[in-house]
Amino acid sequence: MYRYDEFDATIVRERVEQFRGQVARRLAGELTEDQFRPLRLKNGLYLQLHAYMLRIAIPYGVLSSRQVRKLAYIARRYDRGFGHFTTRQNIQFHWPQLPEVPDILQHLADVEMHAIQTSGNCIRNVTADQFAGVAADEVEDPRIWAEIVRQWSTFHPEFSYLPRKFKIAVTGAQDDRAAIRTHDIGLRLVKNDAGETGFEVWVGGGLGRTPILAVRCRAFLPKQHLLSYLEAILRTYNLLGRRDNIYKARIKILVQATGGEKFAQMVEEEWEKIKDGPLHLPQAEVDRIHRYFAPPAYETLPDIDPAFETAKLEHPEFARWARVNLVKHQVPGYAIVNIALKSEGGVPGDASADQMDLLAEVADAFSLGEVRITHHQNVVLPYVRKRDLFALWQRLKPAKLATSNLGFISDIIACPGLDYCNLANARSIPVAQRLSRHFGDPRKLDEIGELRLNISGCINACGHHHVGHIGILGVDKQGQEFYQVTVGGSSKEDASLGKIVGAAFSEDDIVPAIDTIINTYLANRTDRSERFLDYVRRAGVDPFKEALYGSAPARRTAAE
Amino acid sequence: MALLQHGALQPNNWRFVGDDAAIPVDEPVTVSLKRWQAEGESLRGRNAPVGVRLKNDEAPQALGQDVHRLSLIEVEFPKFTDGRAFSQARILRDKLGYKGELRGIGTILRDQYLYMTRCGIDSVELPEDKSIDGYLAALKEFSAWYQPASDGRLTVIELRHPANANARRGGAPVVTASVAAHSA
Repeated sequence: MYRYDEFDATIVRERVEQFRGQVARRLAGELTEDQFRPLRLKNGLYLQLHAYMLRIAIPYGVLSSRQVRKLAYIARRYDRGFGHFTTRQNIQFHWPQLPEVPDILQHLADVEMHAIQTSGNCIRNVTADQFAGVAADEVEDPRIWAEIVRQWSTFHPEFSYLPRKFKIAVTGAQDDRAAIRTHDIGLRLVKNDAGETGFEVWVGGGLGRTPILAVRCRAFLPKQHLLSYLEAILRTYNLLGRRDNIYKARIKILVQATGGEKFAQMVEEEWEKIKDGPLHLPQAEVDRIHRYFAPPAYETLPDIDPAFETAKLEHPEFARWARVNLVKHQVPGYAIVNIALKSEGGVPGDASADQMDLLAEVADAFSLGEVRITHHQNVVLPYVRKRDLFALWQRLKPAKLATSNLGFISDIIACPGLDYCNLANARSIPVAQRLSRHFGDPRKLDEIGELRLNISGCINACGHHHVGHIGILGVDKQGQEFYQVTVGGSSKEDASLGKIVGAAFSEDDIVPAIDTIINTYLANRTDRSERFLDYVRRAGVDPFKEALYGSAPARRTAAE
Repeated sequence: MALLQHGALQPNNWRFVGDDAAIPVDEPVTVSLKRWQAEGESLRGRNAPVGVRLKNDEAPQALGQDVHRLSLIEVEFPKFTDGRAFSQARILRDKLGYKGELRGIGTILRDQYLYMTRCGIDSVELPEDKSIDGYLAALKEFSAWYQPASDGRLTVIELRHPANANARRGGAPVVTASVAAHSA
């Protein structure tokens, strides 16, 4: 993984001191809360319902065991013993005290971490495919480019006061696990006809109040021009993006209003003027960063490990976990392990300090000391020998980290919701907990098959409800928490936005409603090979409307 | 209003003249882009310097080669969240090659001052009674820079690969006090 050199370390250290000064000015009353707000937001510090929340970047989802241990330490020392992994490969602590935040940042800097630009109207933490460097379907490792973008975007003097937040995701694989079309810029490494690798550039995606999928801005961008092209997009947006209405300020609105082709043309014109300037990436720098992501010294192993096969035969529960949570590795004899932070009745994405310590321990023992965080709020061990899988599973199971539900209905994405967040209209966590219990039976999960269920507590869509196969959105109806349901969304390469099934459901009715939706699917699918998403795309929302609301027209509510 | 320039608070002898107001004969003035475009010739014929105040939504490219005839260009920060002037400043410096004074006016926060200077702004308007200590301190909060900008500072990439930087900067050796400090 990437390691800071003296420059990276200097910049992060100087940021800690700068923020320490800003906090001191706030505590001394030199800054009002209004003046302090934009400063703290630039550093991921929100003021929520009960306390400050600190959001820490996990650039492109990669963590060393040392960093995980540090997060566990912070959880114990400064929080209430847990942290919450988010859909953008960040971790949030919900209970820090303001005077202690600079110390937390110092602890993070000690292990080459930070909270830089995890909030505010600037370029946010760069995300990438969690299987980068190990996925069997990869064209090229996106981490190299994500790190280059991370550095370029850090304290960019021109793009730190954009019209609105700006999110960049990178993938290098066929299977889009980075959800690039829901980002302001999505980068996908592709090969051209000449066999060279470059970027397909997507622009103008985003969820929130107006969900829009990104359009393709350029089919092939030579790699050495990545930063100049990004700068051209950002400059166009910074000058022309709307600033009169916060809900229309994202680049997606500008791209829609301008038209994708016209927007791309404006970017090209700007890019032509700067592409051979100082942003042209020297190969020496690409090579330098590339070396940090060189493949580890893999052992030469047979792809089929007898001990692993035997363990599966002897332990059906382990066999199920192996079937559901493992992903094919580039290297024979190795597996990519998914650890679901989605235990039955648990809070999606939450990990206790003890669980974090265990994750660090098993990463050291079985995965070359590295873990990844996914945008589905799960954890990945990228380098596990198949012969170690059973021992690993035995360590995970007592810590409630061996849930076998990856990609199933109980592998829920959820935002913190009204339990913590002052923006939320409704709670997300209790709904996720009830659904995970309702669909706790592994046989039931297997019967339903692949299904993504995402929950957001408000229209800001942190829980990505629009792109869940089933999406649940918390809404406020005359002071009551209600839940609106969509079906048919996807964040993958076949990205689509879900359609609303009808009037929102009360807190009591939401779980039965989801049950009805599932039963409608099960009763009407052609066979098991027709996934829920396939069925919705074939049959539309009508069968669900019929089952949920009867033949009477769905009630119209303000929530719609 | 006073000016923070060259590390000190200075008196400001410039005045912005509205589109309908009379232009004083021997006083430095800035005018709107519109007025400059209409009356540029006569404005240049005076015995005092002239500058242009760009609005937030005006493209600096509209000035074209005229930038070389101006002594001052002002860009506006109407509120701290509005960062268009950062891009306007970079276009003036990097694309149009403007070498004169580039001034930031409006809401000038110390916490944005460093970025303003990086984008090529070399003076900012501040209230006369404002303490500038914080502004000067803010310029020293960082000592390494990832991005090339309009201030000519060496980037981290250039410092990591001096040979490349030498070539890019026309052969002038990229060894500075800062490099020496970092490699020490």
